[in-house]
Amino acid sequence: MNNPEDRSKRKQGSAQGGLNAVLADYAGMLVAVAALITLFSLTTEHFFSPENFRTIANQIPAAIIVATGMTFVLIIAGIDLSVGSVLGFCGAVLGAAIVNWNVHPLLAVLLTCVAGMACGVFNGWVSNKWSVPSFIVTLGMLEIARGGAHLVTRSQTQYIGSAIGGLADASVAGISLPFIIALVIVAAGQLVLSRTVFGRYLIAIGTNEEAVRLSGIDPRPIKVLVFVISGLLAAVAAVIDTSRYQSANPNAGDGFELQAIAAVVIGGTSLMGGRGPVVRSFFGVLIIAVLNAGLASLGVKDEYKRLITGLVIVAAVVLDQYRQRFTAKS
Amino acid sequence: MDSLLSVSNICKTYAVQVLSNVDFSLRRGEVHALVGENGAGKSTLVKIISGLIRQSAGSMELNGRPFAPGSRMDAEQCGIRTVLQELNLIGNLTVAENLFFTGIPNRFGLIRYHELNKAAAVLLDRFGLTGVNPRMKVSALGIGRQQLLEIAAAMSCESPILIMDEPTAALMDPEVELLFKHIKEKRDNGSSVIYISHRIEEIKRIADRITILRDGCIVGTYNAADIGNDEIINQMVGRSMDQVVERRSQASARIALKAKGLTRRPFFHDVSFELRKGEILGFAGLMGSGRTETMRGIFGADRFESGEIYLDDSQQPVSIKSPRHAVRNGIALLTEDRKEQGLFLPLSLRENITITNIGAVASRIGWINHEHEHAEADDWIGKLDLRCRSPEQKAVELSGGNQQKLVIAKWMFRDCRILIFDEPTRGIDVGAKVEIYKLLNNLSERGKAIIMVSSELNELMALCDRIAVMSAGKLAGVFDRGSWSQEILMEAAFSEYLTGERRNPQSPLDEGKDETGPVNHETSNLS
Ligand SMILES: Nc1ncnc2c1ncn2[C@@H]1O[C@H](COP(=O)(O)OP(=O)(O)OP(=O)(O)O)[C@@H](O)[C@H]1O
Ligand SMILES: [Mg+2]
Repeated sequence: MNNPEDRSKRKQGSAQGGLNAVLADYAGMLVAVAALITLFSLTTEHFFSPENFRTIANQIPAAIIVATGMTFVLIIAGIDLSVGSVLGFCGAVLGAAIVNWNVHPLLAVLLTCVAGMACGVFNGWVSNKWSVPSFIVTLGMLEIARGGAHLVTRSQTQYIGSAIGGLADASVAGISLPFIIALVIVAAGQLVLSRTVFGRYLIAIGTNEEAVRLSGIDPRPIKVLVFVISGLLAAVAAVIDTSRYQSANPNAGDGFELQAIAAVVIGGTSLMGGRGPVVRSFFGVLIIAVLNAGLASLGVKDEYKRLITGLVIVAAVVLDQYRQRFTAKS
Repeated sequence: MDSLLSVSNICKTYAVQVLSNVDFSLRRGEVHALVGENGAGKSTLVKIISGLIRQSAGSMELNGRPFAPGSRMDAEQCGIRTVLQELNLIGNLTVAENLFFTGIPNRFGLIRYHELNKAAAVLLDRFGLTGVNPRMKVSALGIGRQQLLEIAAAMSCESPILIMDEPTAALMDPEVELLFKHIKEKRDNGSSVIYISHRIEEIKRIADRITILRDGCIVGTYNAADIGNDEIINQMVGRSMDQVVERRSQASARIALKAKGLTRRPFFHDVSFELRKGEILGFAGLMGSGRTETMRGIFGADRFESGEIYLDDSQQPVSIKSPRHAVRNGIALLTEDRKEQGLFLPLSLRENITITNIGAVASRIGWINHEHEHAEADDWIGKLDLRCRSPEQKAVELSGGNQQKLVIAKWMFRDCRILIFDEPTRGIDVGAKVEIYKLLNNLSERGKAIIMVSSELNELMALCDRIAVMSAGKLAGVFDRGSWSQEILMEAAFSEYLTGERRNPQSPLDEGKDETGPVNHETSNLS
């Protein structure tokens, strides 16, 4: 069984499964997005138009960025329920810094990122130090950050004007800058996961944390870092959203955490940890966004929209189970 | 003699064919051993019989009627009980709850704990687990005792067919004797047993017939009395092979690790020993004697209360706070429980092997070079003759013995200077064992200091320069090559249990608590 020919054969089927494998992996998601677009284009008049696609592309960068952070957290079998509130809090900090404290916009953005990371440090550190499940700690942070957002803005929407408006308006080759930033973050996230030591540790921790520890690696700082990344990405999303609306709303990002989790799960990341390509989460966001826009242009009422979106989430996860069982067999 | 269960033309294909046209029959009232190399397909065959997986082709008959179990439950209802190779207890439940998991006594859904625990205590007694408290959580037990629990649970049922996949891999002689007594009882009552093991002597003692599997095919079925040990091995591997490994002692005088007064009640107490460079130091002892816990303490996996560890010739003790510290100081520990503590089952062999030292295949900034990583993994897979399709195959798909080799490969990749092996040959076939002994020999020749914890005295006596024997959490003695015999070592292993009569029989884990000093092995006796 282990003669020389076999061993040389093994070498050929090696790590770089090649572009084909990657494409096969994403084919299902691509098909799903294409099918939705076709469906809505055929059933409505306005759906298939450049403006409509531009609107979608403008709406989703924040969701994509937050979903990327969420993917990292889910991979280590954690969960971050605070991303929506942290986004709101970071937006509030940004607004207050520019409007009330008269800080230079660039510095204000930096401050916002620090605020997001601080929330992440709290989440990660508390859950590690006292072995509290991240579900609980981030549930606490969900309230803490929302309260903070209201405190900082005194519960009023801060109008910022065009101080950082340039960010959302800028575009490269017709694609908005936020969308490009989101794509870059997804690509970077994917590379970190599949090609770096850090990414390997994340997958290993999500698979068997005790075995990681007994392999001579301390999982704790790595886990804290993951929550810091999630907080930072929520801050980046806050900057993008604030610049788009030209104002900081203390209620921004309300319910965002569940949307992000839904998108990531549609992408096939397991809540049990150890698995989850970032690119698939990107498609998850895309599917939800296209579905929402399509249903809107069909004139579907809000209550039905939610009902349908919910069904799609469940169906997507069930389908993914089948996909996995199928690939496991072949 | 009539056949109770017969299996004909069974095939099983995953990515490759792992069983081809297997014919096998089990008679009423016989112990039928199944032997073969790691990955030969033994576990696959018994999993098909016990309803865990489906065959790709072929059929089975039970009592002359077609038999196609859809699940393990199905098979159990038809009277087939199985003890699987991998442990399957629920760590968070108590011993008693695990023992009677499918039939917990209850009234309107409320568990009747009194009844449950009483029944459990009786059962534990029968299997020599007198010391285990039925209310204890299973996760607090070592794998040896967990294995005994599984056996006890399976044997407590009156099932006509009992299947055991390597039940003795983690057991020592006294427990094996007890198990054999129960198996013989079962057989005399007309039950049939399918018994898988890599220990040939055991098989010769207990089996009536022996079926040999090689690469998924049946080589033959023999009456145990008609076939010799060497013949069995030759048939298994398809060639003749030498089984003896000569140990030329080459321990240097330089100390690699010195432990002084290590204590972590109730697991171990005042353990002191020296390990030299180039030495293989064996650790023998009964189940629960504290060997695994001591090793975990040295490795920093659990903190000990008092005691010091010195490395090399240093006069300054090192403080090893975590496994990370240990590895940085050049200490590796191969844990006994490969499934829970060693492997990443859903990940590839490549990822499993390189985790201990991933920096070696990555750039400074942490960018992994996949080709390099793949090649390194492939290299160790080749060196350990690990049977797999490719380094990209998932660990979960490997046979038990090959998973064990994977744990070894993982630590070989780190290249530590002090290697602690906890049951390194658990579930490994005879041929591969010899390869591992050679590997250990080579490592010690290269100056590595090795501790080998094993429940097989034979392998310790063949391989070690010295053997330390632990008994009830204490070091009962350290013996030099030449000054030991099986009897002397066993006597030492029992010593603390016989002198420490004061201990509370309910909790053997408390044994470390009594204050009797170290007992000289020569004065204690087995009466
Ligand atoms: N789920 C799976 N997917 C792919 N291959 C598998 C799977 N399970 C087992 N195999 C392969 O089937 C072969 C036989 O495995 P099996 O576990 O039956 O061996 P075994 O005889 O019990 O070996 P051991 O003595 O090591 O326990 C092995 O080569 C193994 O890699
Ligand atoms: Mg097996």
